[in-house]
Amino acid sequence: MTSVAVLDYGMGNLHSVAKALEKVGASRVTVTDDPAIIRAADRIVLPGQGAMRDCMAEMRAHGIDTAVRELVGDKPLLGICVGMQALLAHSEENGGIDGLGIHPGAVRFFSDVPAVREQHLKVPHMGWNNVRQLPQADGRPHPLWDGIADGARFYFVHSYYCVPEQPGLSAGECEYGLPFSCAIAEGSMFAVQFHPEKSAKDGLRLLHNFLRWKP
Amino acid sequence: MSLAKRIIPCLDVDQGRVVKGVKFLDIRDAGDPVEVARRYDEQGADEITFLDITASVEGRDTMVRTVERMASEVFVPLTVGGGIREVADIRRLLNAGADKVSINSAAVKRPEFVAEAADRFGSQCIVAAIDAKRVSAPGEPGRWEIFTHGGRNRTGIDAVAWAAKLAGYGAGEILLTSMDADGTKAGYDLALVRAISDAVNVPVIASGGVGNLQHLADGILEGGADAVLAASIFHFGEYTIPQAKDYLAERGIIMRR
Repeated sequence: MTSVAVLDYGMGNLHSVAKALEKVGASRVTVTDDPAIIRAADRIVLPGQGAMRDCMAEMRAHGIDTAVRELVGDKPLLGICVGMQALLAHSEENGGIDGLGIHPGAVRFFSDVPAVREQHLKVPHMGWNNVRQLPQADGRPHPLWDGIADGARFYFVHSYYCVPEQPGLSAGECEYGLPFSCAIAEGSMFAVQFHPEKSAKDGLRLLHNFLRWKP
Repeated sequence: MSLAKRIIPCLDVDQGRVVKGVKFLDIRDAGDPVEVARRYDEQGADEITFLDITASVEGRDTMVRTVERMASEVFVPLTVGGGIREVADIRRLLNAGADKVSINSAAVKRPEFVAEAADRFGSQCIVAAIDAKRVSAPGEPGRWEIFTHGGRNRTGIDAVAWAAKLAGYGAGEILLTSMDADGTKAGYDLALVRAISDAVNVPVIASGGVGNLQHLADGILEGGADAVLAASIFHFGEYTIPQAKDYLAERGIIMRR
């Protein structure tokens, strides 16, 4: 059975992530900032809500940044929302803030996108939007999309979007004024901009796949 | 490939039971909130809103426990409102499993509270709830003001300016209820919805007055709402969520199905 550590650094709603993981069969879900428990867990979930500045500050205060750097590539890790953004190098939020820098790339503001302004699109990008699954290096969709229709809708709520620089890192794409990467994957890391724990059946399916994923 | 409009069933909860008032007064029992919420989740509701109308402290604890139970069974976004006065209230509800909180009277008393909440928890989880009542005479251009305490207290605050102010303070969404329309089943106050939608750059949820599916379509197509909220048409089995989605999709509105 699978134990999952949901990294708790004081930001956002961890309850729903934990409940959703339990729903799809995680045997032990621990919401924790204890490095020992994090290292002992089979799988790691890095959630995140709110401002990136606060997320990064709290991550550092709790030593979560060190734990993630240490464990990424080592055991399956799922980043969610700001948890995805934090994996990149830099965000424009709060006047500019450095992320964990695990992957090169930037996090940008929707309101600065010309088409968002011209089409009077609301910011935050909030609600259910289609996700196009991108083929991986082997030409197939990522295993975490298994059983989920290409183009299925997931629940988003964010004002900033990820622009990964690494070719092939993106595993899913969404569109809001412009096409943007809403999922990235490399090795045992998978991260999504949307909230699988709030995306009904398809979201639960993605979490189910994560628990059974053998990267 | 496009963002879908949302259908949000709303549960007004008093002492742990779903109720539905007409013009905030007459009450009718509609069941256990967790059961009701689970039914909507299964039917494909895009979000669920839970407004606690209980005034007592004991009632507040009941609410937190209800949110906890609901969050274990509902896997779409859950917004909780009612009686939120300070940052600690928000923290407690988010910890219980709410995804967003809706702030109403506390913002009227002290608008900076919205800014503090958005700064602490992020705009994505702060919904500004606005209860507006038409104050313009028939035939005049529409003008609405903010009312509190279930519509009893007039504040003199212009609703359109108020919505813009709270969005500027970092509210991530506006939950807009017409006090005139609420419970009438005569449809949203579309001029109000349109005025607020045009005035703010954050999503607007239209609320108050839905009596049939065409009213939902009107809220989106004429009012410009990003989401439509309704209570009694769903609670009492007049329509299911899939029926509502089919109806709106036939009118060219993008839906998650």
